[in-house]
Amino acid sequence: MRGNCEAHELIAPGSLRGVLELLAAEPGVWTPIAGGTEIMVAYAAGRLNLAKLVSLWGISELRFIRVTADSVAIGAGATFIDLRRHAEFCESWPLLAKAASWIGSIANQSRATLGGNLVNGSPAADSSPALLVYDAEIEMISVRGSRRIPYREFHTGYKRNLLALDELVYALHMPRRFSRHKQYIRKVGTRRAMAISKVAVAGTALMDDGIVSEIRLGAASLAAFPTRLRKTEQVVIGRPITRELVAAAQEALLAEAAPIDDIRSTAEYRRRVGANLVTEFLMELARKDAKP
Amino acid sequence: MSEFRPSITMQVNGKIVTVIVPPMKRLLDVLREDLQLTGAKEGCGEGECGSCSVRMDGELVNSCLIPVLQADGAEIQTVEGLATNGVLHPLQECFLACGGAQCGICTPGMLMAAAQLIARNPHPTMAEIREGLAGNLCRCTGFLRIFESVLAAATQIQDSEADKANHAR
Ligand SMILES: Cc1cc2nc3c(=O)[nH]c(=O)nc-3n(C[C@H](O)[C@H](O)[C@H](O)COP(=O)(O)OP(=O)(O)OC[C@H]3O[C@@H](n4cnc5c(N)ncnc54)[C@H](O)[C@@H]3O)c2cc1C
Ligand code: FES
Ligand code: FES
Repeated sequence: MRGNCEAHELIAPGSLRGVLELLAAEPGVWTPIAGGTEIMVAYAAGRLNLAKLVSLWGISELRFIRVTADSVAIGAGATFIDLRRHAEFCESWPLLAKAASWIGSIANQSRATLGGNLVNGSPAADSSPALLVYDAEIEMISVRGSRRIPYREFHTGYKRNLLALDELVYALHMPRRFSRHKQYIRKVGTRRAMAISKVAVAGTALMDDGIVSEIRLGAASLAAFPTRLRKTEQVVIGRPITRELVAAAQEALLAEAAPIDDIRSTAEYRRRVGANLVTEFLMELARKDAKP
Repeated sequence: MSEFRPSITMQVNGKIVTVIVPPMKRLLDVLREDLQLTGAKEGCGEGECGSCSVRMDGELVNSCLIPVLQADGAEIQTVEGLATNGVLHPLQECFLACGGAQCGICTPGMLMAAAQLIARNPHPTMAEIREGLAGNLCRCTGFLRIFESVLAAATQIQDSEADKANHAR
């Protein structure tokens, strides 16, 4: 352990308002820590160069899952275990429930929060592909009020996002209208448990009379931040799934993906596997659609 | 530099304790250094190995990733809190009987992960045991014996509960 606990301040105002007022009074000075599964790892490695931390752990106003007739709102402080234990949520948004089961071990999932996963903004963040294909919106909050934008616009670059210095992520919202969609998610990593993904792809699609009438593809590790695969989607939409279409989709993906090389994998491997995953989803769509 | 020393109160293995320590001190270090509970071990110090696992408010956590301020007011159970009045917990007995421990470095964490699993799921399948213990690494015993120990303990707990129910009848 290389961190020095004397080198960091940590306070716990204990309420959302208390944290927001602190962030507003000294913007950029205080950094939130939720479950700490990113921050404490950096701390242990002696890489944490943040002097002042403010705790979000235990703030109940941020830890909720509210399912309604047509949507769900998930507080930024909800943990991945919270998500996995919520039966109604898991049934209605299975891709995100599945992704939650991938985030490290049980001990990690009991601390790791959805907000922390997104703000940390790793290109490999496991919750991102599912949020992208469910048209999630992200709600940010500050003493100035709150604002809601499509989640796909949240990340702006490698570990960069649209949060202002005085803002917190408050919640993620997802509509329920995907119940009729065919849904897909797959993560490729070195080991089933505890492995950060090399590539992950999620998809939701509607088939109409043999034609792909709607499709959303979300990917982790195929760019510097989690992204929709817009160009690949455009190639597929409005067309029947044929051998030629699958080839065209693969080509579009190879052209549009811009993954990075890192310790877990190479860019070339990621592009190839990304193309294979999209192919798998298209084949599933063709197969399921062929069934009476 | 932080001069701030909050007073932190936790219930550890059923006992209320108060410590005055830097808020970023890790729960693991507070347990080991301030409370002399050296059961939880530091393996990796970064959430990967589970040797520091304890239960906090009924959840399994890695104490190496918890700044102690975030444990203020919490209920903590460590491996020292598994046995009651000197009688080993069935998990501990089964680890002994089934050869579930060798050097013992991973064992406190394995036991706490297993205790968490059984608390939420008294009848775990082998697959569920594997998932429950997936965050705990062992370098010597071999995982099969550990999984078998947990399975044996779950069965023993079920049997003794069935016995109790029969006696009560
Ligand atoms: C052993 C291990 C395995 C892991 N495996 C995976 C994995 O398989 N997949 C995966 O995706 N991740 C994995 N992770 C990474 C990590 O657990 C997740 O990214 C987690 O969701 C982070 O959440 P947290 O609350 O712990 O974040 P913290 O460390 O508390 O914070 C992370 C970042 O988010 C900011 N933040 C937190 N909450 C808010 C908020 N509400 N508003 C604004 N900013 C906020 C913090 O300031 C910080 O910059 C793993 C980590 C470990 C240690
Ligand atoms: S020491 Fe905490 S997980 Fe390895
Ligand atoms: S018994 Fe030695 S590490 Fe598991």
